[in-house]
Amino acid sequence: MSISYDMYQEQILDHYKHPRNKGLLAGATKNARDSNPLCGDEVVLHVKVDGSDRIAEVKFEGQGCAISQASASMLTTMVKGMPLSDAEGLGRDAVLKQLGIPLSAVRLKCALLSLHVLKLALGQKADVAT
Amino acid sequence: MAKPAKVMLNVPAIKADFPILQRTIRDKRLVYLDSAATSQKPKQVIDATSDFYSRYNANVHRAIYELGEESTREYEGAREKIAAFIQAKSPTEIAFTKSTTESLNLVAYGYGLKGKIQKGDEIVGTVMEHHSNHVPWHFVKDHKGAVLKYVDVKDDGTLRMEQYDDLLTDRTKIVTVSLCSNVLGTINPVKEIAKRAHEVGAICVVDAAQAAPHMPIDVQDLDADFLAFSGHKMLGPTGIGVLYGKQELFEATEPLLGGGEMIREVHLGSAKWNDVPYKFEGGTPNIAGAIGLGVAVDYLTKIGMEAVRGHEMEITEYALEKLARLKGVQTYGPKDVKKRAGVVSFTIDGAHPHDIASILDVEGICVRSGHHCAQPLMERFNLPATARASFYIYNDMDDADALVAGIKKVQEVFA
Ligand SMILES: Cc1ncc(COP(=O)(O)O)c(C=O)c1O
Repeated sequence: MSISYDMYQEQILDHYKHPRNKGLLAGATKNARDSNPLCGDEVVLHVKVDGSDRIAEVKFEGQGCAISQASASMLTTMVKGMPLSDAEGLGRDAVLKQLGIPLSAVRLKCALLSLHVLKLALGQKADVAT
Repeated sequence: MAKPAKVMLNVPAIKADFPILQRTIRDKRLVYLDSAATSQKPKQVIDATSDFYSRYNANVHRAIYELGEESTREYEGAREKIAAFIQAKSPTEIAFTKSTTESLNLVAYGYGLKGKIQKGDEIVGTVMEHHSNHVPWHFVKDHKGAVLKYVDVKDDGTLRMEQYDDLLTDRTKIVTVSLCSNVLGTINPVKEIAKRAHEVGAICVVDAAQAAPHMPIDVQDLDADFLAFSGHKMLGPTGIGVLYGKQELFEATEPLLGGGEMIREVHLGSAKWNDVPYKFEGGTPNIAGAIGLGVAVDYLTKIGMEAVRGHEMEITEYALEKLARLKGVQTYGPKDVKKRAGVVSFTIDGAHPHDIASILDVEGICVRSGHHCAQPLMERFNLPATARASFYIYNDMDDADALVAGIKKVQEVFA
């Protein structure tokens, strides 16, 4: 993939500057946090699962580069309202497709940090970032 | 104080010696501004290492035959060049290691953990150290009950020397400090620091990883007891480092690695060590690396370390002036180039350092971003990360201009 300004397409910058679902979530049933030790990017996810095993609410907190934070914001919009089983089945390809930008190997870690944290929150072990 | 005479090296001639600087990055000129992480290598160094493998590869010190004599001569010749480069009294005060990191670990282990340090003894470091001058001392704390104390950094990026005086006690056994910070560029008053350490009977360990490549070093004038640096940051190969130690302190330091080469005699269950510095060089050393570093030292010596320093001061001053004129850009460390080296950490409002580095990369400009292995310092300045540009002998004002233009692009993207 070519490395160019494509990485900073409008939708990425939009999610970075105006993050969706950012903040704390009262009554969250699942929480997880992780950071990218190389860059210090940090993502915390708060998930509220309802009675019919659906992700009723999801919020994120964090700090870091545009790619990690935009990807976290996009992920929350993606999984909100999703049946738990679908969220559990979510793979890196789906997330990368939604991001829709060319990424170098190092920046892939930034892009996948939030998915990794989601997996942690859902009690899954899959290490998506490597 | 008068500004030093303008010394600009002949950069086009120097660049011609560096094969990598001839390449492009996605059709853009390569602007390499990450020499603080590792420097590029001139063909003289590359040729010297390949020459070793193609003409006289043999293990050192053990072979009777001609090839072994040649390799030993070149390996020991490199030690002599390095001793002269930092004004050591004798080549026996120079031990080869793999890096600054190994050198500092060797001191912490061999002088601290296995040596003189007792429970309650104090080790004084600084907040601005690289992780490799923090973590080895944590080992001494954890295993020997040593007490660690740290000199703080002022907002201007210099050490709080008044506080240093207060931290020194008759329990202080080791003071450890970097000669030059890899984040702020600050050049620390190591001569003064060592003098005061000696007054309370402590030794002074110096991390010269960012200094040895960029300025003259005289270990006798500094009165440093140990001094560490890496070959790869000063035009040499990776995997070769240096530990300088005063003869009597080397004698009093235990080796880190046991094995071949570092022994005089071995019996079942016991061994007698070889003389210094060989007792620190267990196993087959990085022969090609040492020889390459010797040639790197030749290269720098030929330019002259005063001239290297003068050149970098000029570019740094120029870059700092240009960056100061950009709105929304902050630089860190001393503003006065006499007090700092060519390492320039900066941040841009609204853009994370990783994004800065990514966008500069699109322009062919290599800068580092992150915590630069100095998390305690980043915490002190309340910064999650910075971007960092660093200059060397092959950089010129065009490179500084490219950086400034790149920063403007970053600001456009994140406007
Ligand atoms: C000030 C300082 N100390 C120590 C080191 C560690 O050097 P090395 O990784 O070569 O062991 C570095 C390099 O990043 C440095 O900048």
